[in-house]
Amino acid sequence: MKKKLASVFMASTIFAGVLAGCAGGAKESSGGGNSDTIKLGINLELSGNVASYGESMSKGIEMAVDEINKNGGVDGKKFDVVKVDNKSEAAEATNGIIKLTSQDKVTAVIGAATSGNTVAQAQIANDTKTVLIAPGGTSPTVTVDEKGKVRPFVFRTSFIDPFQGTVAANFALDTLKIKDAAIFADNSSDYAKGLSDAFKETFEAAGGKIVAEEAYVAKDTDFRATLTRIKAKNPSFIFIPGYYEEVGLIVKQARELGIDVPLVGADGWDSPKLVDLAGAEALNNTYLINHYSSEDPDEKVQNFVSAFKEKNNGEAPNAFNALGYDTVYFLADAVKRAGSTDSSKIQAELAKTKDLSLVTGVVTIDENHHPIKTATILEYVDGKQVFNTKVNP
Amino acid sequence: MEWLQQLINGISLGSIYALIALGYTMVYGIIKLINFAHGDVFMVGAFVGFYAIKGWGLGFFPALLFSMAFCAVFGVLIERIAYKRLRNATRIAALITAIGMSLLIEYGVIYARGAQPEAYPDNVLPSTSFNLFGAQISSQSLFILSVSVSLMIILQFIVHRTKIGKAMRAVSHDMDAARLMGINVDRTISYTFAIGSALAGAAGVIFGVYYTKIEPLMGIIPGLKAFVAAVLGGIGIIPGAMVGGLILGVVESVVSAMGFSLWRDAAAFIILILILIFRPSGIFGKNTREKV
Repeated sequence: MKKKLASVFMASTIFAGVLAGCAGGAKESSGGGNSDTIKLGINLELSGNVASYGESMSKGIEMAVDEINKNGGVDGKKFDVVKVDNKSEAAEATNGIIKLTSQDKVTAVIGAATSGNTVAQAQIANDTKTVLIAPGGTSPTVTVDEKGKVRPFVFRTSFIDPFQGTVAANFALDTLKIKDAAIFADNSSDYAKGLSDAFKETFEAAGGKIVAEEAYVAKDTDFRATLTRIKAKNPSFIFIPGYYEEVGLIVKQARELGIDVPLVGADGWDSPKLVDLAGAEALNNTYLINHYSSEDPDEKVQNFVSAFKEKNNGEAPNAFNALGYDTVYFLADAVKRAGSTDSSKIQAELAKTKDLSLVTGVVTIDENHHPIKTATILEYVDGKQVFNTKVNP
Repeated sequence: MEWLQQLINGISLGSIYALIALGYTMVYGIIKLINFAHGDVFMVGAFVGFYAIKGWGLGFFPALLFSMAFCAVFGVLIERIAYKRLRNATRIAALITAIGMSLLIEYGVIYARGAQPEAYPDNVLPSTSFNLFGAQISSQSLFILSVSVSLMIILQFIVHRTKIGKAMRAVSHDMDAARLMGINVDRTISYTFAIGSALAGAAGVIFGVYYTKIEPLMGIIPGLKAFVAAVLGGIGIIPGAMVGGLILGVVESVVSAMGFSLWRDAAAFIILILILIFRPSGIFGKNTREKV
């Protein structure tokens, strides 16, 4: 019986393989070179534990593709989208890009939403010379490998973690006019380390003084002792790079101890749970850096917001919607300048992108394929995020 | 007045450890079982209190009492299901069962409601803070301390002045002799678990109100710290657990206050190691020779 089962299984695997082969063969003609469609692969977290990121990006991407195709495409070439669900798993993300590059022969792939799932695709993108653009991974390792070498075919449209630290420092110096700050960082994440190092460097280089530098570990609940220590040093500003679960408690406990200076964080703060944990009142006079705000009065942003609302029953677009949307325009701009759908030519043009105006800011690509772009600062007012200002790097 | 503030921080944290440690120490004193599931009863207590406040709109005291009652029943159930059959088994078998029970409760709760944290409503207790020589004392932390101390006094009263307390002491002294004297040992042990778990439930609600965030794995670290507190004070001794808890809380705050916040958890376990090496019977323990 067992043997029989095994042979049935073998036969069906072979059969499936043959089918897959046929499917690949049939589409071969459309890939590469110059054609009248731009084959665009999308490899996103459409299910699994971070599906909400992937779905939001997918919505933004589709909206941009529809807009471009409706307006006659890029130099007459229309986008042809092939979607893959990576189930929020790195192994599935790898399978996804293998399918997109070998069967569908796409020109470029957009995805994934998180850094880890993007890195899982990077090697294959390079080997097959397919452009890969990450809309949301903020870890520097997405475009630069562990040896510090740039992955030539990989790009990103979101800023990187250390950049947020630089922005926070500039915000403190230029907007809040503050010269002495404290740092209270999550010691258990690379994210917070990248942010606090960059903050310190920029802040001190501009003549600011770090009066206290303290750390905590994720899952801590009692921050009172360390906050009391920080309070004794009298900083006029505290930078707290971390995730909302701990930051919520830190903000609450800091206010209870009578610390009423501005508290500033980064995109790790962006969650409604933060408001639950800290309480709306304690969050007043706190700021966070984010990719974009739907309340930004900029014309380009407002046009995007109203178009998105029209399409999605009045729902305001979040940062991931905006990043997905921008990623398509970022690609379209390079395709236009390359005048071809050849992946290598597009790659060269993407690397030369300069002062490209997008919804989430003006983008210039640096030598590490990181975008140098504007960041948005939001302020919490009675538990609501309110657009405050934009900071240029 | 940084140091006064740190002392207040430490006492607030310590009184929560003390409340959990009381339950640990009682169960150990009577049946010599280290109940590792105790920290998870604390977690269940925090969630029961949360749902009572948020779902049914109960005030702080009704929610506290409801959570204590729920945990008392829960503790007795744990004992009946997992520990009773192992009463005559080796110590290590009972210990491993306790660890298994702990994991079962943690992941049972995750299965039932997911792993996402929950924020306690912040209006259950008035949180005015006032100034004492430059240090901020919130009314909440005074409240926590007074609830802990009064629960400990009630517990001392039960153990030393009531009939069931007398039975507990007898069972702890010699289980077989107590049985010969007509004491219902099973019932006495159930009472012990009920009281110990009710204290853990109370600690859970107080923790939720003071620290806001509760989640299914929140019992692990406070549970271990309470164990350290119980050993520090002398395991099996009720005032010892209280003092051990407060000392531990203050030591942790002092370690953070000196700028070693990342060493806080390590400090607690260094204390455990030191006490086991130099004074295994704890601060309040007497050196008794094992009877042969």
